[in-house]
Amino acid sequence: MSLDTQEITKPKASTAGMSKQQFLKAYRTMRTIRDFEAKISEQFMKGNIPGFLHLYSGQEAVAAGLCLLLEDDDYVISTHRGHGHCIAKGGDVGGMMKEIMAKQGGLCDGKGGSMHIADFDKGMLGANAIVGGGPPIIVGAALSAKTLGTDRVGVAFGGDGSSNQGTTFEAMNLAVVLKLPAIFLFENNGYGEGTHASYAVGSKDIASRAQGFGMPAYKVDGTDLFAVYEVCKQVVEHCRQGKGPVTIEANVPRFKGHFEGDPQAYRGDGEIERLMKDEDCLVIARKAAIKNKLASAKELDAIDEEIASYINEVTEAALAAPAPGDEELLTNVYSSAY
Amino acid sequence: MPVKTYREAINEALHQAMAEDSSVIVLGEEVSGGAGCDGSRDAYGGVMGVTKGLLPTYGDSRVIDTPITESAIIGAAAGAAQTGLRPVAELMFMDFFGVCFDQIYNQAAKFHYMFGGKAKCPMVIRCTTGAGWRAGAQHSQNLTQMVTMVPGLKVVCPTNAYDAKGLMLQAIQDDDCVIFVEDKILYDTSCEVPDEMYTVPFGEAKYYREGKDLTIVAISNPMHKVLAVADRLEAEGITCDVIDPRTTSPLDEEAILESVEMTGRLVVVDEMTPRCGIASDISSIVAEKAFGSLRAPIKKVTAAHSPVPFAPNLEDAWIPQEADIEAAVRQVLEYAS
Ligand SMILES: Cc1ncc(C[n+]2csc(CCOP(=O)(O)OP(=O)(O)O)c2C)c(N)n1
Ligand SMILES: [Mg+2]
Repeated sequence: MSLDTQEITKPKASTAGMSKQQFLKAYRTMRTIRDFEAKISEQFMKGNIPGFLHLYSGQEAVAAGLCLLLEDDDYVISTHRGHGHCIAKGGDVGGMMKEIMAKQGGLCDGKGGSMHIADFDKGMLGANAIVGGGPPIIVGAALSAKTLGTDRVGVAFGGDGSSNQGTTFEAMNLAVVLKLPAIFLFENNGYGEGTHASYAVGSKDIASRAQGFGMPAYKVDGTDLFAVYEVCKQVVEHCRQGKGPVTIEANVPRFKGHFEGDPQAYRGDGEIERLMKDEDCLVIARKAAIKNKLASAKELDAIDEEIASYINEVTEAALAAPAPGDEELLTNVYSSAY
Repeated sequence: MPVKTYREAINEALHQAMAEDSSVIVLGEEVSGGAGCDGSRDAYGGVMGVTKGLLPTYGDSRVIDTPITESAIIGAAAGAAQTGLRPVAELMFMDFFGVCFDQIYNQAAKFHYMFGGKAKCPMVIRCTTGAGWRAGAQHSQNLTQMVTMVPGLKVVCPTNAYDAKGLMLQAIQDDDCVIFVEDKILYDTSCEVPDEMYTVPFGEAKYYREGKDLTIVAISNPMHKVLAVADRLEAEGITCDVIDPRTTSPLDEEAILESVEMTGRLVVVDEMTPRCGIASDISSIVAEKAFGSLRAPIKKVTAAHSPVPFAPNLEDAWIPQEADIEAAVRQVLEYAS
């Protein structure tokens, strides 16, 4: 593989050789993320969810496309915007809902919340509330894979904003130096809070920086599930073969505010409406799949319905669950005797 | 006198300092917001709205939105401070100090001493701190003890709007690196704040209440819980000295010792983890220097020895509450030697 940044905006074949079964799985993932977040947004407004919520809405194709290629024992690490990554990696959706509502049975026993959502049974090493906190940790996961001789890979999801953090640079360099199976997947949604990437990313483009570190990099249209899948197929394969780290920059829209409740005065007039109309990965994937006979509208509608009722079910269960017992405050501070 | 919020008071101090001295600059993530965007600039004016309106007045050469890059923000502020500017750097949540702690404690804090007094570092690092927002383990910590232990840093933690303005103006004109700790629970609290510029000196405690039965020292927002407890006790005829050190470094030891020498009883309250904290520090100073005056063991009321949990009931159990303060106070009052 050359070190040139490769720009892949459209897959070579319009469905990238994805099987029907794979497509339905990815579609299901994307729909689950979208519905899950619509529901938590609603529950947040009702006062049933404490703290901060950063929604992934609009970016679903990236997590879904990549995670089709990962197994439970591959690793991902996430950001403050972690629901999509957790669901796509196979995270327990009911446990997530309980966690976000700070209930017993939550994936982190109510100690983490949205910004620390994690599912270790599924190789999801956690959402992270420190921007740039994840990349060095995924280097460690990739080091384990290499040292233990598994062919597992580690993926650090990050945003455009996180690409400017020193910890990210250090992690990328170390992964190259140690030739680790690490993937740095930057979801460029244009914004770090209310600052645009065109201002904050000095090189304007994240993928070309990776080249400077000595690893191959791809740019991909993150609204196109099939394009994401095609790139990730090559990248995951490259890592599994022990050829070292790779960077992917996926351009995506951010449909919601930086956080729920963000007034978003920094957005242009009509920007969100335009993004939702033209850049909705679910709409785009659905159209392409129907056109290429990967699925019928009827099949997809049935999935939509099934997921809607599933999300209602996990929501009701989470609402009904009790809060963690007060005695939990001092459990798990240490993992062995103290 | 006009009434202003804690947020408005700090904002006014920044405005006035920038108007008076063109070497004062403000930098950090989202200090104005909207850089490079199609919508409006000054969209946030700081994530807590404290720096709102500075950009339209002083322009983007003095109000600088940075990428997400804490080490470079603090390093750049320190370098600029060494070479003629007076930067006020914002680090948003105090939890993010970890990302750039080298630039704080190995660099900014040490220039003056390590270079034999030849270098100065007149900068302010603003941050927000404290639990109660259900913001989880990485957005809720008060790490005041970590900076207070570093020689060379001055550490300010205002508990009301009046002090916030005066301490900020003092911090900006101070020639050392000052950590300015804003408690997120306090931004909307208000009191009378003069329009004109004034400073509140460092190392001078404030007496919120004066009394004879007990001394209570509190840091940051727990002060307001202490005041509620003190007022309840007063109704029972028990009066307390309630002391806010206002700065943990320098610390007004004298005010605390003087009070304990008179009351003989001390409760210290902070919202930090209990080991090696500010409450421990103050307790040890009193135990060492006013041992003879003590008529009861010193009692500390602090947060629990755990990361800050997300679940509201757990977080509430983590935070020192009014009831915990009252229980400690009664225990100390009832102790008969
Ligand atoms: C070290 C650190 N600095 C700042 C923040 C505050 N913060 C949270 S998210 C965010 C923007 C992140 O932007 P990006 O990486 O593009 O991710 P996105 O929010 O777009 O998913 C910032 C500045 C933080 N959480 N951690
Ligand atoms: Mg972003």
